[in-house]
Amino acid sequence: MSHSTVPRSRAGADDRAGKAAAASDDTTATGKNRKKARTGKLSLRLRFRRDRVLLLMTLPAILLILLFNYLPILGNIVAFEDYDPYVSDNGIVSMLHSPWVALDNFQQLFADSAFWHAVQNTLVLFFLQLVLFFPVPILLALLINSVIRPRVRAVAQAVLYLPHFFSWVLVIAVFQQLFGGAGVLSQLLRRHGYNGLDIMTNPSTFKFLVTAEGIWKDAGWGIIIFLAALASVSPDLYEAAAMDGAGRWRRMWHVTLPALRPVIALLLVLRVGDALTVGFEQILLQRDAVGPGAAEVLDTFTWWNGVRNQDFGYAAAAGLIKGVVSLGLVLAANKVAHLMGEQGVYKK
Amino acid sequence: MTAVIDKPPVRERPPSRWAAPPRPVWEEEPSKAGLAGKGLVLTLACLGILFPLWIVIVTSLSSRKTIDQAGGLVMVPKGITFIAYKELLSGGQVTRAAVISILVTLVGTLFSMTVSVLCAYGLSRIGSLGHRWFLMLLLATMFFSAGLIPTYLLVQSLGLMDSYLALILPSAVSVFNILVLRGFFMGISQELIDSARIDGAGDFRILWQIVMPLSRAVLAVITLFYAVGYWSAWFNASLYLNEQDKMPLQNVMIQLVQKQQAPVGLGQAIKTGELSGLAVQMAVMVMALLPVAVLSPFVQKHFKKGMLTGAVKG
Repeated sequence: MSHSTVPRSRAGADDRAGKAAAASDDTTATGKNRKKARTGKLSLRLRFRRDRVLLLMTLPAILLILLFNYLPILGNIVAFEDYDPYVSDNGIVSMLHSPWVALDNFQQLFADSAFWHAVQNTLVLFFLQLVLFFPVPILLALLINSVIRPRVRAVAQAVLYLPHFFSWVLVIAVFQQLFGGAGVLSQLLRRHGYNGLDIMTNPSTFKFLVTAEGIWKDAGWGIIIFLAALASVSPDLYEAAAMDGAGRWRRMWHVTLPALRPVIALLLVLRVGDALTVGFEQILLQRDAVGPGAAEVLDTFTWWNGVRNQDFGYAAAAGLIKGVVSLGLVLAANKVAHLMGEQGVYKK
Repeated sequence: MTAVIDKPPVRERPPSRWAAPPRPVWEEEPSKAGLAGKGLVLTLACLGILFPLWIVIVTSLSSRKTIDQAGGLVMVPKGITFIAYKELLSGGQVTRAAVISILVTLVGTLFSMTVSVLCAYGLSRIGSLGHRWFLMLLLATMFFSAGLIPTYLLVQSLGLMDSYLALILPSAVSVFNILVLRGFFMGISQELIDSARIDGAGDFRILWQIVMPLSRAVLAVITLFYAVGYWSAWFNASLYLNEQDKMPLQNVMIQLVQKQQAPVGLGQAIKTGELSGLAVQMAVMVMALLPVAVLSPFVQKHFKKGMLTGAVKG
């Protein structure tokens, strides 16, 4: 094992310095001075020598992140090119040799009614999910929380969490078995003399179907965070409220709901920040069944034009617009979260 | 009726684990209607999740005759047969796909966990060189994505097309998971780590012998998250793999169940009339859901803790 030449008491101790915890490197200096002495005076070289093992540990993940999260950002220049994938087998070489068209792709995009249709579908779906999906985990959490038998709670939670771990392929296949043309619902209707019904291929109800699938898969999972918030409410508050004569419902209104309010507000803000992402895989899987008219959202629009039609420049332009607008939304949402005194995605 | 005097003492039974714990004195007696309503809603919610799975499982175990009689999906099990599974697992497209999925999941999860745990430990030692910068680098990725097309072109340029590495590398590390792990590692007592260091342990040994054994719960949760991610993934395969023979289970399931194709190499058994195509489709679905449904309950009790040490964003 490595022997560092520089004594250190690192980590938690460093940040928690001031508390007595800092210990192992023992100089005559005390308290704050010691921290100063360490962080201020150590040269970069010494710190590197001290922390080289930690750096080595961090490195693989950082490299992967740089390679697959940061490097592709440069690839967005394709959006300003008339990208020709046939110049070379290598994407980067093609990128360098494709003609520059400045903002042509974007102009074309803004004149394309299909693009605006995708925008519209995205927003409608976002709105539906916000109104129909968002409250469900809250209500479920309130319900579960009001159940006091531990076994019942545990079983219900286990069942409700389960679909979160299913793949979208499986979820949609399951829905097809229920509501598809040969599904349980159709079977039932036909047995009673009605015509079969195929909800899975009906464009006019597609957005509700997508929302329902989302609820089935993830509403149960969403209750975790609310249950945690509820568990942290002091029972004294309930007792005090009861002593003051508040009934069951008033306690819910004046104790339980205020406890949930910060979490609800935060999740709401973050969800709005993520408005343009409405479920890529899920919708892509069903796009063929209902047609792009009802199912095309911004992500599938990018996929269709880029991967399917090999019109990379055009698709990258659409993807870039979505990315930039999303970034703005997320930053704004975080700002709002901070203004509300919450942490948001990162600490201030 | 006469009052019974001197009843023999009843042996106290331990309270059933299904029984309600004692109610605080200030709380009202729960109303019958309220209890019934709660029970009904919860039962319906759970049935809404379990009933479809039941149908899928029962149909996959039914013979052709039963399926024909039911006119499609079977709800009541009758004449259980494993013929669909036997056919699917006797070699051929689905067997191959299942093996591929299992291997990708195992290798990918191992790789992801190694990289993530190392990184999380490296970043959990606050005050180390570059710690703040690296953390920012990770956090920033939660705000943007480079986009589908540039990522696709990058993977292509790296020569990963038609390679299983394309199913693992691009999504190998999840920043969220690293942050959850890091949050947990930071909660481990500093004195413990310091004393190990005094005893001469290096960082790798500390991580392996002290930090990881203390973090079993969160490690289990994150392992499950990664494993489920690899097991459920189909999109990367559909983007980066062109050869049918390389497709993992989820992609084969799309073809079989959604596009209603017959699996390659199974035509014979279906033609002879023993096996229903529907049972085959359902059997593939069961194969896809089984590992997840079996594993997740074991890790379930750690979910809350694991999720809350990380961040809110899921």
